Amino acid sequence: MVSWRPDPSFYPSPRLAAKAPAERLAYVASFDPERRKPDAIAVVDVDPASSSYAQIVGQVEMPNTGDELHHFGWNACSSCLCPNAPHPHMERRYLVVPGLRSSRLHIIDTRPDPRKPTIARVIEPEEIAEKARYSRLHTIHCGPEGIYVNALGNAEGKEPGGIFLLDPVSFDVLGQWEMDRGPQKLAYDFWWHLGHDTMVTSEWGTPDTFENGLVPEVLLSSKYGRRLHFWDLHTRKHQQEIDFGEEHQLVFELRPAHDPRKAYGFVGCVISLKDLSASIWTWYREGTKWAVRKVIEIPAEPADPDLLPPVLKGFKAVAPLVTDIDLSMDDRYLYVSCWGTGDMIQYDVSDPFKPVETGRVRIGGIVSRASHPAAKNGHLNGGPQMVEISRDGKRVYFTNSLYGAIDPQFYPDGIDGWMVKLDVGEEGGIRFDDRFFVDWPKGHRPHQVRLEGGDCSSDSYCYP
Amino acid sequence: MSPWLVLAGLGAFHGLNPAMGWLFAVALGLHRESRRVVWLSLLPIALGHAASVAVVVAAVVALGTIIDHEALQRLAGLLLLGWAASHAVFGHRHRVRVGMQTGLAGLGAWSFLMATSHGAGLMLVPVIIPLCLAATPARELTAAGSLPVSLAAIALHMAAMLAVTATIAAIVYEWLGLAFLRRGWINLDTLWIIVLAATGLNLVR
Repeated sequence: MVSWRPDPSFYPSPRLAAKAPAERLAYVASFDPERRKPDAIAVVDVDPASSSYAQIVGQVEMPNTGDELHHFGWNACSSCLCPNAPHPHMERRYLVVPGLRSSRLHIIDTRPDPRKPTIARVIEPEEIAEKARYSRLHTIHCGPEGIYVNALGNAEGKEPGGIFLLDPVSFDVLGQWEMDRGPQKLAYDFWWHLGHDTMVTSEWGTPDTFENGLVPEVLLSSKYGRRLHFWDLHTRKHQQEIDFGEEHQLVFELRPAHDPRKAYGFVGCVISLKDLSASIWTWYREGTKWAVRKVIEIPAEPADPDLLPPVLKGFKAVAPLVTDIDLSMDDRYLYVSCWGTGDMIQYDVSDPFKPVETGRVRIGGIVSRASHPAAKNGHLNGGPQMVEISRDGKRVYFTNSLYGAIDPQFYPDGIDGWMVKLDVGEEGGIRFDDRFFVDWPKGHRPHQVRLEGGDCSSDSYCYP
Repeated sequence: MSPWLVLAGLGAFHGLNPAMGWLFAVALGLHRESRRVVWLSLLPIALGHAASVAVVVAAVVALGTIIDHEALQRLAGLLLLGWAASHAVFGHRHRVRVGMQTGLAGLGAWSFLMATSHGAGLMLVPVIIPLCLAATPARELTAAGSLPVSLAAIALHMAAMLAVTATIAAIVYEWLGLAFLRRGWINLDTLWIIVLAATGLNLVR
């Protein structure tokens, strides 16, 4: 169908996107860690005026079992308005939902009823392996050349992982994105600076080093990812590698500034081998090169070994385990999930080199097991994990599961899924919305959250 | 209607389309926080567009000196219809080579590629060919006879395109602001396909 106006959910700039209406629905990846029941995309009512507020009001099941739904994204977003490759009359309509374990890609239609999404197309792993030579699909972004999908392994499940392109209309697999990958082998997250023609990618490990849980020997010998890679977004060539050093392991989520003029962003490093601390780094442009600087260090907390899982007992401390971060649309607040200690921390990053803590809540946690006003058992497990911010920056949503095979290493007595929401104060500060606690249906665990119409990690912009 | 008026009108139509350059000029101006960049960008955008049109016109005239006029018209018509069809099917999905860090040369190359891939020059063929024919006493296509009149045609087209591009870029940059894009960016791609197809049909029938 031809549309005559741009999709109303596309905004030229982050400044305008921050004025978008409040979301009414959230889509949440929901998976069965036992791989017996099909995974699903759950639809959660996030409209406070609704009678079904904070409830799952719909879901679409995947056609197979064992996909491990993880991250997902939209077929089209605000980057469609970019002047160099405009396609403004696309619709933000389909969710592109990969299985991290199965490497299967699902295209899910959110129309006509956004509460009753349906499966529009399934692309089998064999097709992706053949056309793109990748597997273990991870992150999705809509961008200048269509839909970008990254993968943690090659077709054989080994290195290199990388990125491939999907046609944004037909959803056909177009092939590998990289023209020259240089020294890059490992993959985890990717995003870009549209204003600086730069792609940034981060590192986890090869599938054999995480699909049965983290391998202590690999971790302790610093063989997991610890590098950032910078690429020319348009020539698709590797330009620069930055090694965080032996001490730092698992360089994960990338959050570039939304303002396309700004050439900086934030990345979380899960763990330091020196003292179990987690850290946040700022990457920035320095002359003609990119550079990084550690701007936040979150220390491990001493703990009674009896309360710790085997993997941490010897250290007598809980590692914060920063597994996700998210940046508000105005590039002012950075939210940091500490999946180990149970903290969700808000930093004012107006000065990207001098973050100031402005808010903190605790829920779950390996030792603390902190509760929520609306939780029944008062003893929550799992911790703050995938976090998403509304476009206006007033609401923050997060869930508590990390990855099926890793959850039991840190929470050996299991994870009962939940999703919560924070309200953000005018000048910073965060507190729980007492009415919002989604007690996740047993047998499934929640992972990434995507908000109706876009959110702070779904869209990128060409105009300031 | 005077063919010269049609050429100018098509120039205005091309200039109106954000995909032909005014939007890129505005974006670069905002990105670099400089009004000067907006105005400076218009030049390579107009030149790239004119170069693309010139290449197509030269190719058609060269072909016209070999094959007869009727066949040339039909061929150009079919090409236009094919262009319209491929746009309808594949649209805007193509490799992106020029980004926000581009210099003026890159911008000119971008404009050339955009005009070429959109079939901007092809759209002018039905107007320019009769002008070239009328330029010789024998009403034949010759390189020498076609040169001055085609150059004039391209110059007029470019001037009209530049005038509209500059006007819109200035209005959006100075007054309307980016929010205008959300409402005002009507689907010119579809309109464009319709014009390509109509021009093609007019030639083959």
